[in-house]
Amino acid sequence: MLRFILRRSLSSVLILAVVSLVTFLLFFAVPGDPGRLSCGKICTPAKLAEIHRNLGLDRPIAVQYGEYMKGIIVGRDVTEAGDTQRCGAPCFGYSFVNHQPVWQTFLDRFPATASLAIGSALMFLLGGVGLGMISAIYRGRALDKIAIGLSLTGASLQIYFIGIVARAFFVDKLRWLPQPGYTPLTENPGKWFSGLLLPWLVLAFVNAALYARLSRASMVEALQEDFVRTGRSRGLSRRSIYVKHAGRAAISPIITIFGLDLAGLLGGAIITETVFSIHGVGQLAINSVFASDLPMIMATVLLAAFVIVVANLLVDIAYAAIDPRVRIS
Amino acid sequence: MSFLDVRDLKVCFPTDDGVVRAVDGLSFSLERGQTLGIVGESGSGKTVTGLSLLGLHDRRHTQITGSIVLDGIDLLTLDEGQLNELRGEKIAMIFQDPLTALSPFYSIGNQIAEGFRRHSGGSKRAAKQRAVDLLGRVGIPQPERRVDNYPHEFSGGMRQRAMIAMSLANNPALLVADEPTTALDVTVQAQILDLLADLQDEFNSAIILVTHDLGVISQVADSVLVMYAGRCVERGDVRAVLSRPQMPYTWGLLSSIPRLNSDVDAPLVPVRGTPPSLIDLPKGCPFQPRCDHLALVPGDRCAEERPALRPSGLPRGALACHLDEQTRNRIVDEDLLPLWEGSRA
Repeated sequence: MLRFILRRSLSSVLILAVVSLVTFLLFFAVPGDPGRLSCGKICTPAKLAEIHRNLGLDRPIAVQYGEYMKGIIVGRDVTEAGDTQRCGAPCFGYSFVNHQPVWQTFLDRFPATASLAIGSALMFLLGGVGLGMISAIYRGRALDKIAIGLSLTGASLQIYFIGIVARAFFVDKLRWLPQPGYTPLTENPGKWFSGLLLPWLVLAFVNAALYARLSRASMVEALQEDFVRTGRSRGLSRRSIYVKHAGRAAISPIITIFGLDLAGLLGGAIITETVFSIHGVGQLAINSVFASDLPMIMATVLLAAFVIVVANLLVDIAYAAIDPRVRIS
Repeated sequence: MSFLDVRDLKVCFPTDDGVVRAVDGLSFSLERGQTLGIVGESGSGKTVTGLSLLGLHDRRHTQITGSIVLDGIDLLTLDEGQLNELRGEKIAMIFQDPLTALSPFYSIGNQIAEGFRRHSGGSKRAAKQRAVDLLGRVGIPQPERRVDNYPHEFSGGMRQRAMIAMSLANNPALLVADEPTTALDVTVQAQILDLLADLQDEFNSAIILVTHDLGVISQVADSVLVMYAGRCVERGDVRAVLSRPQMPYTWGLLSSIPRLNSDVDAPLVPVRGTPPSLIDLPKGCPFQPRCDHLALVPGDRCAEERPALRPSGLPRGALACHLDEQTRNRIVDEDLLPLWEGSRA
């Protein structure tokens, strides 16, 4: 098991290196001058040349990439407007727009996104999988039909529709919930919770639908496995049959999708953040694109890739923990 | 009354196309220490019979009538919870394909121990010791080490041994073995059959062996029941039935076995045609469309009248066929025995 984890971690590092290289080339090696983006409206050739020097754009591309990676791993010195500053690891450079360290801005935004992602993920995972499993066990009966209907409704709704409707209804009309928004958990746990409740619920409702359908299908299949019948022939309890035997067989495909979904959410739920005015990573990424803030875009892309690779690694490890057959090979 | 007494068992599955009568009025009985072989083609209802002994059919989609009296208790009157107490404790089942019948996610020992603790209680440690003992008993080498292996780390024969060990965890009085050797190669098959026979001597279990393989039946069964289209068409002591079968379908089954001492070029004689649909069986004898001996029965009886089970003239023998005893014996003596000469299934 340990060797399996080690091997997978190693290949994850490799994947990240490739992703970073491709991303870097995409932004710095394609035609077009990144220096101009930083230069502003009134750009003299002298100013442009200085920016090129500061950003290292006058050096070979391989050196530029090496310098960028070095910054992420051990930190580097960054020169801007004449003075040189130490940019500690992980250094993603300075924003073209607010001239703050990119990493710091990212760190400011990340807790909001993480709160939104993890909270709703827990909700839709538990709700969706629970609903799906119950549907599978009571397949064909009223409970199953209600659950399927509910999840079909959820699956056909979009965040930007149901989100806005829910906000207008529960917040503006009924006043059951406060205005959604993000308050840091450390600042006020109550406000943190109440501000995120509606975004969580909406995100969970839309996503739970998929999980309900997926886990129902997966569980129905698992319940038809021969070893489930063997379990019944041995007089095992319903709980053991459903949870220990069928449940374990059903959970693998759910984990795959969940890993990717959670990673996607952590990389920034752009629409949800916009609908509920939560200033998270998703909004940061969008705003950076509009402002042509190259270092910021680079960082959000790289970090999103990082989260996805790590999520995949965790999914693989979870696979191996669930299924002993995966550990060999 | 016998230890196991099945009377007029009917198992029907309502489908969109009509009611499938998978088992249609089956009766048999069995004593402890005895083995009954149930043979028939795919779809003859033999597996359905085995599963209904443990009540493993989905109750909402199955109609079961008749009675299955085991040791004085009619299993068909029990509710799911009561039945579940007996499963794995008094009645156990061995399945055909041990690779899919064992959970890939848990070690062999875990699975054996779980069934043992479910019925016999005790500590986890005791249950694991029980698993080690059982694995040793069924001939797994180094059981104390192998107990922690997963099914994919076992060979096919070892998996079936583990499956048997699992079914024996609580010393069941009735063991239903559904094609226990079909997935195994012939040498392993013989070992597994020997093992079953040894275990039967030791635990005095009644065994129902469901198979399509008459060779397997001849090795271990005391009596045999031939099923066709959900009914018993012939039964009797295994020696008698296999040496002087009385029913055209049994003749067909025996003639379709390849024999080592037959002429290399001699074609195998399969039973022609295919099994009938169990949704609407023909009015007369269900085997009539595939039978070669219709002309020997006066009139249109085979097409018009369903033959009832009646004594066949063999020890404890019965058959469902309109042919009279004299004609049957003539066919066996003159046509079939020369064909099977010198070899017995």
